[in-house]
Amino acid sequence: MSALLETHGLTAHYGDFQVLFGVDFVVEPGEVVALIGANGAGKSTFLKSVTGLLKAPRDSVRFGGETISGLAPDKIVRGGIAMVPEGRRLFPSLSVEENLMIGGFTRRAGAWNLNAVYKLFPILRERRHTPGTALSGGQQQMVAIGRALMSNPQLLICDELSLGLSPIVVKEIYDALPSLTQDGLSLIVVEQDVATARAVSQRLYCMQEGRVSLTGRSQDVTHEQISKAYFGI
Amino acid sequence: MKNLQFSVLRASRGSQLALGAGLLLAAVGCTLPWWGQSSWMREFNQIACYFIFASMWNLLAGYGGMVSIGQQAYLGLGGYLMLILSNLCGVNPFVAIPISALLTALAAIPVSQLAFRLKGGYFAIGTWVIADVFRLSFANLGVVGGGSGTSLTALADIERSTRESVTFWMTLSAVVATIALTYFFLRSKQGLALMAIRDSEIASESQGIDVGRVKLGVYVVSALGAGVAGALYFLGNLRISPDAAFSVNWTAFAIFMVMIGGLGTIEGPIVGAVIFWALNKFFSDYGTWYLVGLGLMAIVVTLVFKQGLWGYLQARLGWRIFLVQRRLELRQPYPLNGKTSS
Amino acid sequence: MWSWIDTLVQGLMLGGLYALFAMGQSLMFGVMRLTNTAHGDFLILAAFAGFSLLSAFGLHGVCATAAIQLALLPLAFVFGYGLQRLVLNGTLGKDPLPSLVVSFGLSIVIQNMLTEVFTSDPRALDTGELNMQSLTLGDHLSVGILPLSIFIIAILVVAAMQWLFGRTALGRAFRATSDDKEAAQLMGLDARHVYGLATGLAFVLVAVAGTLQGMRTTFSPTDGPAILLLAFESVIIGGLGSFWGAFAGALILGTTQSIGFRLDPGWGVWFGHIVFLLMLALRPQGLFPKTR
Repeated sequence: MSALLETHGLTAHYGDFQVLFGVDFVVEPGEVVALIGANGAGKSTFLKSVTGLLKAPRDSVRFGGETISGLAPDKIVRGGIAMVPEGRRLFPSLSVEENLMIGGFTRRAGAWNLNAVYKLFPILRERRHTPGTALSGGQQQMVAIGRALMSNPQLLICDELSLGLSPIVVKEIYDALPSLTQDGLSLIVVEQDVATARAVSQRLYCMQEGRVSLTGRSQDVTHEQISKAYFGI
Repeated sequence: MKNLQFSVLRASRGSQLALGAGLLLAAVGCTLPWWGQSSWMREFNQIACYFIFASMWNLLAGYGGMVSIGQQAYLGLGGYLMLILSNLCGVNPFVAIPISALLTALAAIPVSQLAFRLKGGYFAIGTWVIADVFRLSFANLGVVGGGSGTSLTALADIERSTRESVTFWMTLSAVVATIALTYFFLRSKQGLALMAIRDSEIASESQGIDVGRVKLGVYVVSALGAGVAGALYFLGNLRISPDAAFSVNWTAFAIFMVMIGGLGTIEGPIVGAVIFWALNKFFSDYGTWYLVGLGLMAIVVTLVFKQGLWGYLQARLGWRIFLVQRRLELRQPYPLNGKTSS
Repeated sequence: MWSWIDTLVQGLMLGGLYALFAMGQSLMFGVMRLTNTAHGDFLILAAFAGFSLLSAFGLHGVCATAAIQLALLPLAFVFGYGLQRLVLNGTLGKDPLPSLVVSFGLSIVIQNMLTEVFTSDPRALDTGELNMQSLTLGDHLSVGILPLSIFIIAILVVAAMQWLFGRTALGRAFRATSDDKEAAQLMGLDARHVYGLATGLAFVLVAVAGTLQGMRTTFSPTDGPAILLLAFESVIIGGLGSFWGAFAGALILGTTQSIGFRLDPGWGVWFGHIVFLLMLALRPQGLFPKTR
């Protein structure tokens, strides 16, 4: 069974400055993989390279068996990857419902539509005509997730869902994730909150200074191993 | 941590040679009235005023980050003020030039309060509206000839060769002053602040730079220079009209010169002015096609060489005549991979 | 008193035309933050295009003119789309300079090429009798059929634009891409294509406005800049980001100019500028701004 997403020796530069040094990363179909690491470890750069916002070197990223490195972001997304961006990045000029609808701009076959999203997050149905950015942080996060689901992706990337949210809200959001994988959706969960990341994933990667410093099954990796890998000590 | 040894360079061999050559050229140029023809001095006056105006546009746009298509408002104002002071107030026209330049700069202060309410592309068009207001205002002013303009009569008593010579020397001084002042300003603390603002207003503010004041300063200086250019131009032209004084072509040519020559450099307008003068000489007979050519050149240069032709050559070949940056020259290589050797 | 009301009505009708001038510009700036200084010149280009097609086929009369104008619309769309993708997309970014210089260059190229081909003589689009006809309102007022039609077309266009932006998928795409280009790309939107569509649509509006201008009055190659300023002032007075706002701004501008012209022909345009500057001084965000 070939991996859903794989990167081989992925590097990245901002001008002359190298940020990623040969990252190998694999996500199997139906898996939840966590990506943890401190600020500046290279997680965002890694995600940008996967989604095409940053041009990745040739043949370094493959999705569903096909090379996607070098493609424009909109093409990559239409191929079945969706992202819940860090900081939500809802569109201020669009209402909640319109934000969801724009998520469905890429029409792929699948179970996700407006009704399904409202079923997952009922509060959004009540607020459907509110401008996206007028909601609380947690509700905005729900909209962002719903928006990403609307394209019926095969791989959903969640970038720092817990950022700026209270622990109760974070728990509420993460409680909703397992149900998503039942239909075969794969998840990459990027988190600074290590405990949450371990709890929700089957495997995890830890990045430090642009490299993968640790990888393994979430249940098997010890707290000590993570500390060392996270901080590079 | 290793001890880093470095020195701060403010000049290079190339820049020192060029400075010497420039001074020599200016000295020789001073003698022109004694051996040159009237038409040469007239031509110099014209291209010099275009150059000064282009330098001011460059200061505003390339260094100040404020793109304006309405600086001709101050050029025309400078011209008209010179005319009014000379014809109607009996001031000697040569003396009227610095006075009208100063008055123009003063006028720029309240105008800036309006213009600065707009940003980016809309700031540019807003300045054009303001220039149009100036144009229409003067076109309705009968005392200066209204729409058809009027002539500078105050110089009628002065002998022709004297008039031409003094005009020439004033223009030459203005050109040298423009280059020198721009150079020294940009090397100064204020100049550094300006370039910081151009790169990021927010970051500059957080470093304690008063962004509003610096931008106002640049805007007023640019207006002053434009006023000088206008006063000198119409002194040489002996005749002024609203359409000539406030024509947007002034800005069009300035943009052309700066984009061809190089945005945000001091040599840029010089190189651009020389090329512009050459093109003018050989092709202006082709009228509209010549202008079409200029327009296309400006488009192509902007799309392909974002820093202007000279800027591109500078980057590729490392040419620099007027060094305004302080360059860091390291005596020991700095480790780039972030690891300090133990 | 009635003559003043008449002046006011004329001003409103004029404002309708100015609103059409403003629509294309409002669209381009709203979606892409692009300032097209050749906006007015493209408008005049459209008028000349209509003129040459009419001459080429030897057609006369208002029906022929209207037919030619309709035929121009798809051409305008393709032209605008191509211009955006091939030339203007390369100028987009934080720095306004490239788009300003490139569009300024285009302005010069268009004006001079038109002068070369058509000379600087004023032209007009044949409207037959329509220019003379008017509708009488009561005993004291009459309004020209053509200006009134232009006014009604303006209202329809503004309403259509409002509907497009607020209720269609394309409008959502425009708003999203304008809000956050990267996030929009993550939704599968191709920003270059979206920008192309915006400019294509803007050029359709420009073609409509240009041909109506050509029907209403004479036009010549160098009329572009004045039209650009009118469009721009309408947008600023009305408030950025709002089509109905630009419409309101255009009406205010039109009536101000109309009153100004009545007081003294030399000061008409000047009055409009002054009202614009006053608005800038007192309420820089315009009358009905949308937060942008």
